[in-house]
Amino acid sequence: MNHQRRDTLKAGSGLGVFGLLVAAGMIKPELAQAAWNKEAFEAKTLDAAFGVIGAGKPAESGDVVITAPDIAENGAVVPVGVVSNIPKTEYVAIMIEKNPNMLAASFTIPEGTVADVQTRVKMGQTSDVYAVVKADGKFYMSKKEVKVTLGGCGG
Amino acid sequence: MSMNRREFMQMLAVAAAGGMTLHSSFARAEKAAEALYDMPKFGNVSLLHMTDCHAQLLPIYFREPNVNLGVGGMVGNAPHIVGERFLKHFGIKPGSIEAHAFTYLDFVEAARTYGKVGGFAHLSTLVKKMKANRPGALLLDGGDTWQGSGTALWTNAQDMVDACKLLGVDVMTLHWESTYGADRVKEIEEKDFAGKIDIVAQNVKTTDFEDPVFKPYVIKNINGVPVAIVGQAFPYTPIANPRWQTPDWSFGIQEQGMQEAVDAARAEGAQVVVVLSHNGMDVDLKLASRVTGIDAIFGGHTHDGMPAPTVVENAGGKTLVTNAGSNGKFLGVMDFDVKNGKVVDFRYKLLPVFANLLPADPEMAAFIDKTRAPFLEKLTEKLAVTEGMLYRRGNFNGSWDQLIVDALIAEKDAELAFSPGFRWGTSLLPGDTITMEHLLDQTAITYPWTTLTEMSGEMIKTVLEDVADNLFNPDPYYQQGGDMVRVGGLQYTCDPNAAMGKRIDNMMLKGKRIEPSKTYKVAGWAPVSEEAKDSGPAVWDVVANYLRGQKVITQRALNLPTLKGMDGNPGVAV
Repeated sequence: MNHQRRDTLKAGSGLGVFGLLVAAGMIKPELAQAAWNKEAFEAKTLDAAFGVIGAGKPAESGDVVITAPDIAENGAVVPVGVVSNIPKTEYVAIMIEKNPNMLAASFTIPEGTVADVQTRVKMGQTSDVYAVVKADGKFYMSKKEVKVTLGGCGG
Repeated sequence: MSMNRREFMQMLAVAAAGGMTLHSSFARAEKAAEALYDMPKFGNVSLLHMTDCHAQLLPIYFREPNVNLGVGGMVGNAPHIVGERFLKHFGIKPGSIEAHAFTYLDFVEAARTYGKVGGFAHLSTLVKKMKANRPGALLLDGGDTWQGSGTALWTNAQDMVDACKLLGVDVMTLHWESTYGADRVKEIEEKDFAGKIDIVAQNVKTTDFEDPVFKPYVIKNINGVPVAIVGQAFPYTPIANPRWQTPDWSFGIQEQGMQEAVDAARAEGAQVVVVLSHNGMDVDLKLASRVTGIDAIFGGHTHDGMPAPTVVENAGGKTLVTNAGSNGKFLGVMDFDVKNGKVVDFRYKLLPVFANLLPADPEMAAFIDKTRAPFLEKLTEKLAVTEGMLYRRGNFNGSWDQLIVDALIAEKDAELAFSPGFRWGTSLLPGDTITMEHLLDQTAITYPWTTLTEMSGEMIKTVLEDVADNLFNPDPYYQQGGDMVRVGGLQYTCDPNAAMGKRIDNMMLKGKRIEPSKTYKVAGWAPVSEEAKDSGPAVWDVVANYLRGQKVITQRALNLPTLKGMDGNPGVAV
């Protein structure tokens, strides 16, 4: 276990991990804040959400890889990661189909950056999780089901 | 001489226990015992595998299921085959001692003939026998070892920890172990097991930075061959069991992590890579089809006693998938022939542990006696006598669970009751006395509280649908590996092939339809939420009270759902 990293982050408690990453210069604050797209984050259907970000009907691609649990350990904080192996990826969005507001996160990927993002999303029920990627002006997507269960009764 | 059937069978059992050879099949079995356990050494790398013993230190009875449905791609495949079809699939002779070990067929009569199974003293003898002509053989423990008995609970798992060290376990992985809490697991790993037993689990990481909590794998040298054992803990521990017991650990299947661990072990020089898994067999079969470089997965969790491995093809070659049953009933023996740095051939047998055919190891027997001594008075309290057979295992219900839900309804004054679909729990034969120990075999967990909840009809359906999807989702990665929640008082139909949320229908209570908006008084136990801690008296106290009042437990009909779409499924026999 990397105690040094743990202690460093504990020492910075209050800032939170994201704050630290910003403080460490790993993510520029303007990237974190500039991209707020009210309309997109308030979209109520998948088609609408695709529409607002200009994705139309994105093509399904095996080069967009979602990392997420098959069954969530805690629906309130579901870790979701997206890696895009498509060259010139400039944008990644994560959408939760069954959430009241579909769009959970969007990332602007600066040129020359590896398109590998991770976040935590809240999920009220079992749903498909969509990753939508814009690369070289074109949109691609993939999806993965994440189950949210009541728990108990196992084995 | 005139005697009724039961007296006759009891006499046989006494005779059998005394080593007399009255009954022809037992006599044959004794003669065959050497053949049963005479497994000639093969190859140069041997691994012994036990799993899911659920803390059963003494010999017990364990009835295999007559309902173990497979859906989707699993229909008719091992492990979803029962009874006669099981025998046919694996080429086992009907009426043989193996047929008794692996199936429920003629369970009561055969159990009286062949006697109890398992027990660490008898298992120890078998382990020693197998190791005697297999130099360097390792003993792997797939987990669910520290939970399932009164003594394991009361000693905070210490009796099983010490028993496993004495038995000579080399490597283990986890599931129910975690219900003693993260601190206790780490304490045992760092103190009791240090230098003796490795805990491996590639899929357990910290929730914050995803740092590994345990070693992902260990590499052991067996007769000059580096052998990697990769651990896979039960992926859904914090969902199926209380989250608060391991708040900082994240689990999951972690397919990519598995591939990385296998590749790393190979890169380190491992010529044989095996996975010690608590995934459950369907999950292991899928994993084996997608991850490359694994020679064998030694599986548990779903308690499937599989006489032969399933061979799974994947992009990198072939992977063997085994599952070694439960309750100390079996020992898996895998012999690999490793030549020029790779496995070229194998032999595998899942040996049933018949206590009457394997003398108790004196050292282990003495240890067990000593560890039980302080608790004997509590364990041996006679609660009632059962007229029928009591067992748990089966997709929808077992007579033990029927008894538990009946007791919960009566003692908690509820309209209906839920009991979790656990697959552990020993069996009793007709006429047996139910002791406190037997009741604890069904109930001994670290969150045993009973609950009484006002639940809407809609919520009742949600619960049933949720658990049904954990059992019957066509994608094994979405299954949790338990059985369906047992229900008392409520009738329903179940269509396992239907989509999530559409499997349960026609819910009826006392001849009336369950109304979605009406509330019902529902009793239950084993709540997983932290808020439900200490919600009511422990389930064993509630059920013991009921049993003491009843004195004689009459044979009761199982409350089973009406199944739809399962005609001809080889996973059900009635």
